[in-house]
Amino acid sequence: MTAIAFAQPDAAILARRDAIVAGLAALVPSDVLITNPDECRAYETDAFTAYRRMPMAVLLPRSTQEVAAIMAFCQEQGVNVVARGAGTSLAGGAIPQEDAVVIGVSRLNRVLEFDRPNRTLKVEAGITNLAVSAAVAPDGFFYAPDPSSQLACTIAGNIAMNSGGAHCLKYGVTTNNVLGATVVLADGSIVELGGDAMDMPGLDLLGLIVGSEGQLGIVTEAILRVLPLAEGARPVLFGFDTSEDAGACVAAIIGAGIVPVAMEFMDKPAIEICEAFAKAGYPLDVGAMLIIEVEGSDDEIDFTLQKIVEIANGHGVKVIKQSRSATETAQIWKGRKSAFGATGRIADYLCMDGTIPTSQLPYVLKRMSEIVAGYGLRVANVFHAGDGNLHPLILFNANDPEELAKAEMAGADILTLCVEVGGCLTGEHGVGIEKRDLMPKQFTREELDQQMRVRAVFDPQWRLNPSKVFPLENRWMPQ
Amino acid sequence: MTDFIPLSAPELAQYVRQASATGETLGVIGGGTRGLAPKDVSQIVSTSGLSGITFYEPSEMVIGARAGTPLTDVEQALADKGQMLAFEPMDHRPLMATRGQPTIGAVAACNISGPRRVSAGAARDHLIGIEMVNGRGEIIRSGGRVMKNVTGLDLVKLNAGAQGSLGILTEVIFKLMPIREQSLTLCWHGLDEADAIALMGEAMGTPFEIDAAAHIPDYGEEQGARTLLRLEGFAPSCTYRFKQLARLFSHHGQPEKIEGEKARALWRMVANAEPFTSPDFAHVLRVHIAVSKAPRLLEYASGWGVRTLIDWSGGLIWLGLEPDTDIAQWRQQIAALGGHARLVRSSQVPGPAFASPDEKIAGLMSGIKHAFDPAGIFNPGIL
Repeated sequence: MTAIAFAQPDAAILARRDAIVAGLAALVPSDVLITNPDECRAYETDAFTAYRRMPMAVLLPRSTQEVAAIMAFCQEQGVNVVARGAGTSLAGGAIPQEDAVVIGVSRLNRVLEFDRPNRTLKVEAGITNLAVSAAVAPDGFFYAPDPSSQLACTIAGNIAMNSGGAHCLKYGVTTNNVLGATVVLADGSIVELGGDAMDMPGLDLLGLIVGSEGQLGIVTEAILRVLPLAEGARPVLFGFDTSEDAGACVAAIIGAGIVPVAMEFMDKPAIEICEAFAKAGYPLDVGAMLIIEVEGSDDEIDFTLQKIVEIANGHGVKVIKQSRSATETAQIWKGRKSAFGATGRIADYLCMDGTIPTSQLPYVLKRMSEIVAGYGLRVANVFHAGDGNLHPLILFNANDPEELAKAEMAGADILTLCVEVGGCLTGEHGVGIEKRDLMPKQFTREELDQQMRVRAVFDPQWRLNPSKVFPLENRWMPQ
Repeated sequence: MTDFIPLSAPELAQYVRQASATGETLGVIGGGTRGLAPKDVSQIVSTSGLSGITFYEPSEMVIGARAGTPLTDVEQALADKGQMLAFEPMDHRPLMATRGQPTIGAVAACNISGPRRVSAGAARDHLIGIEMVNGRGEIIRSGGRVMKNVTGLDLVKLNAGAQGSLGILTEVIFKLMPIREQSLTLCWHGLDEADAIALMGEAMGTPFEIDAAAHIPDYGEEQGARTLLRLEGFAPSCTYRFKQLARLFSHHGQPEKIEGEKARALWRMVANAEPFTSPDFAHVLRVHIAVSKAPRLLEYASGWGVRTLIDWSGGLIWLGLEPDTDIAQWRQQIAALGGHARLVRSSQVPGPAFASPDEKIAGLMSGIKHAFDPAGIFNPGIL
């Protein structure tokens, strides 16, 4: 497999680099513009580190108006723009290219207004996900989407990728928790989509912007739904002999009318990796593990957990660990939350993100092991069981280019499998460059063209994050 | 009344290609219960031949159905397995004095939600996949049957609420929620609108998981004003939350506990805006507004002696207006508060449903309309 291609840099733009940088310098305060290669290097990739490209310049504006001025200038000069939140994309969504400037929103990080009766918080979009919850925590509220990068990732990036997290089953993903957004379009104009009321009329442009991966505009402000914090939350840990047993238990819990706030699944390799690192007390003699968390008052939690334990007992559960204290709760979560870090300690890994119908779980887990073994590699599985969003971690050695290529091929095969069983390529990480060339596996030519026709309404010249999402060949452009 | 009843998406696609070639315009009709029957089009397409549940996986909480499937068929199949559409779609028949069966496709196309929208989200939040025929007569799928899916642009959201202006939906896929073991309604009597809004707003900010919050003002009838909070869940949890809320708002008096068919009837009345069924209300306006701004609108309405109904803890306000009301003035008031008004029933001819005062946004909408429907054959005049 050849490495993922970027669009050929535009030689005419590269030749005009100095003039373009000078134009930008005239437009914004000097500390907004970064051109020094050493400083720009921090922006040459994101969390998809296998690929990197140096941008012409990086801009870190402080206001919507500055973003608008830069966008208008770039449009006029024919310069590509790559938007960036915190650069935590696992799909390469924020990797720049040589003929582009990066517009980072990290300085747009103020809380603007908390409307308590309306349960909304207006923020600048460069604020981190966790800072949103922190801002409303003293009032007993939180922001529900909780991607594992929430300490660093920005709301702008969450909106661009329609980020999820562990609590989606109950609270939905980003698109279900955003009421309004201020968006700077490719030509520098500013639009307000949605608002502080629910379900605004007309075509749902806000719903279209969410998950559009920086291809339609740059989000600079957002109105977010915040929710009251539960009185408490507590997990239970189950160990099963097989993944099939664990999967059947998940289905039975949902079938019983229980919607836990989180249901996390780990297979044997993942349990071993996490336990070796976190010493969380995970059972090592089981084939699969579930962590299930429920919310409410102490009595409500006891009641619901008891029902869940009864169901697990009916599905051959081998190990049951119920948390009895905050310390035990932290202990149970510690292993799961350190899964990616713990895996990174023993090997490099590619984190995949396909979603499957949960009824296909046993088949897909078996097929994935076979696929990865076929390339002589190993896979560990950690994922959100309730919603079928898989995160297989394909382990490899990044210093061996051949292993990287094999890992990428195994990843492509796994995502193709996800589509074949009725799922999709990406549940919450986005397409970026990583899954771009797999898009025809999921969509027909007409469907891709339809998406690109919509894209062209916002960006007819393909200036915004142009190397992403849609395969480089057969791109639809207005006549 | 109907010119064409396709039995499959390919058959519809072929028909659309022909219409597009001959310059005909098409309107689509589901059950015809919402009073949105297309006007000024050369052909009317009915989805009634596109009927039936295509798959239902209770353990995945997901159902797919062809667009013309009667809503009752879907709801019955779900109820048999203890599940439901969480957004509690409104039934327009009492308000619009229409007959027929609402269809699941129209619920998606018009983004129809009811009281539980305030806690569970709207129809668009639960719609996870569509199949449609666009204006080029192509069959386009977006989303799918899994609830987490960020692959490509979200054309599902774009079509939810588009009222068939971008194409005709042929299949819709919704995620589901379990029907809870118990449903309990707390009812406070005699609160004025300001107190009711304050109570509901505060309650929605508690950890007691309010399922729905509505206020029925005093219409001069026997019952007087009623402020309703609905709780759903396992029985011990509902009992616990009932006590907590009763204690928290004890200064408004002890709430009445309403359950069973009496509670269902009350919430149906709220969901379906039944206080406005009388033809005396020449115009029925549905207003979406920030809860914090609702009191100002209600104050204005009270100055005119207008009948109101409050749902979504104040985020949705129904207004019943007299024949000679200046609708434009009301729209202006509402827009000034950041809200939006839709004339659901009126003796006047409503303007374009999707008009935006922002030129740029209007341009984006018409660009998207063109991207799906270049010849402008679907539902012309909506933008």
